[in-house]
Amino acid sequence: MTVTVDTTSGGPVKSSPTAFREVSASRKFRNEAARVTFALCFVLGVIPLVWLLWTVISEGAPALTDPNWWFGNAYGVDTTTQFGAGISQAIIGTLIQALIATVISVPIAVMTGIMLVEYPTSPLVKPVSFMVDILAGVPSIVATLFIFTVFVIGLSMGQSAFMVSLALILLMIPIVVRSTEEMLKLVPDELREASYALGISKWRTIVKVVLPTAMSGMLSGIFLAIARIMGETAPVLILAGPASSQVQTNPFDGGMNSLPLFIKDMWSAAQPASGFYYWGAALTLIIIIAVLNLIAAMTAKFLAPKTK
Amino acid sequence: MSVDDTTGVGRSRAGKHSSGSAPTPTPEQDPNRTPDDRELEEQLHPGLQSSRGQMGDRVFSYLAQGTGLLVIILIAGIGVSLLIDAIPAITENNANFLFSSDWNTSGQAFADGTASFGVWELFRATILTSFFALFLATPVAIGIAVFLVEYAPSSISRPLAAVIDLLAAVPSIIFGLWGIYVLAPVISPFAVWLNDTFGWFFLFSSGKTSITGGGTIFTAGIVLAIMMLPIITSITREVLRQTPSGHKEAAQALGATKWEVIRMTAFPYSRSGMIAASMLALGRALGETIALMIILSAAVGQLKWSLFEGGDTFASKIARDVGEFVGSEASAGAYIAAGLVLFVLTFVVNAIARVIAGGKVNG
Repeated sequence: MTVTVDTTSGGPVKSSPTAFREVSASRKFRNEAARVTFALCFVLGVIPLVWLLWTVISEGAPALTDPNWWFGNAYGVDTTTQFGAGISQAIIGTLIQALIATVISVPIAVMTGIMLVEYPTSPLVKPVSFMVDILAGVPSIVATLFIFTVFVIGLSMGQSAFMVSLALILLMIPIVVRSTEEMLKLVPDELREASYALGISKWRTIVKVVLPTAMSGMLSGIFLAIARIMGETAPVLILAGPASSQVQTNPFDGGMNSLPLFIKDMWSAAQPASGFYYWGAALTLIIIIAVLNLIAAMTAKFLAPKTK
Repeated sequence: MSVDDTTGVGRSRAGKHSSGSAPTPTPEQDPNRTPDDRELEEQLHPGLQSSRGQMGDRVFSYLAQGTGLLVIILIAGIGVSLLIDAIPAITENNANFLFSSDWNTSGQAFADGTASFGVWELFRATILTSFFALFLATPVAIGIAVFLVEYAPSSISRPLAAVIDLLAAVPSIIFGLWGIYVLAPVISPFAVWLNDTFGWFFLFSSGKTSITGGGTIFTAGIVLAIMMLPIITSITREVLRQTPSGHKEAAQALGATKWEVIRMTAFPYSRSGMIAASMLALGRALGETIALMIILSAAVGQLKWSLFEGGDTFASKIARDVGEFVGSEASAGAYIAAGLVLFVLTFVVNAIARVIAGGKVNG
């Protein structure tokens, strides 16, 4: 593992005169300088993360320790000056919007992933793969504008949580397609061939052999995708409409609040109590995302097919 | 359309996976089958058809390819619908759409026929923030990747990489809040010093925006750079790992120090991957919305090409002015036109990234 030249000061080289020479001082220095520089880069990357997390935790803690925070709502509380409103309306809204987006995008994305891996001769593979790459690069604000032009303006459907979910679907599909694709590619061909040799049809092979084998990785990818879309602010900003301070559960009505929207509203209010709320909501959002990441890691670890 | 093709002709000439799949539609059931195909089918699988699988196979294949088609239509729809909705606004525009810095797009202005808007100012802010961020992030991110792949002990390399990846999990709105309320006050003395010392250079000159207030491209670029780090790092890590160990061992055998090994083998090998990683991160930065909206202080008219100016990027402008265009279809057209330009920009950057990477990168 260690670089061979570093050991020239050791025994064998000294004892017999050879063509080997000591590494010159300047090369040694540059080697050390490089090592230190790379380590510093890492430290430089960790500093903002720790700093940011510390800020959010210390600023958000007062809100989260408020007994009303998780289950109460902001109805009747003047959030400009009063502390103590709850944000269950935003938490529930975020969960509903993410759930709708997940339910619709996962089947589409998984089927697309299956097509890309299991039907490699289809003429659609190249165009679809290309389009998924493009979709992955589409900024969330552009996806949002698309939903806005087609549904809100074009079909005059008005702003609602469902519109937000539609935009989130566009953001979620490429992430899930790519993770599904990765996981399906990891399934060894021997498994498929064994299944075919038993006379099992292709679709049953996919459903009963390939998908179960890839399931843990796919689920983990889906949870990561949900975590990614939950913090998206552009869609809720444009598509959700004015947020209510009460719990709204009908996605087709306007007024459903969500964590990013709540943070944004509190930030633009810029009142004495605003900081309490937006840092609190930020910490809540980070906790939810952390839990989803944890679930993703656990599924990947504990549901993984046994390799034996 | 071409879906029929695959089940018929494509299947019998199938590649890796499908070659093993015996059950294909019987000649009687498949009208698309040519006589040649039928013959071939008979030779390959005489009487080895499971009757239950056939229908299922075809349905499943149609289903899979149908969803693929749906995805294609969906994305083509984004471009087309943005274009269609942008055209009326652009035709009513009284200014040069690309090179004007006006932004007079209220519903009233459209009704009066005095609407005038151009994306030049948005373009300035977008390019300055994202390239400044790219300039800061690329060396650090590559350094982190090298550290993780080459220097960190293999037992802790994975957890350390996960720490950097955590940065990608933080929602951008939180980066925005942190950037303007926590980071900006801390870096403002440095910004003031840069401005005092190098103010003669256009990038560091003073403009209309308060430097101590922090709502500058300087602050925004640093925050964007932090958001870019995990993207560039994770892709660079992947390509560095692919460096053939033979190259490294050859360099070691020639007596190269560790740094020389990295410089002479890993860097040349992964250069294209690193460039592609930066381009993908750039594509992400161009469309970053809410963090920049929170950090940048908006201003009217043409601003200087300086890091110490504020302004709005394409994305932050659209987000900031929601109130204006949600009620008015006419003014929405102007913002959609701006969104279309952003779409084209990110498309070009991402396309270049993928061409450079040549399939090596999956991001």
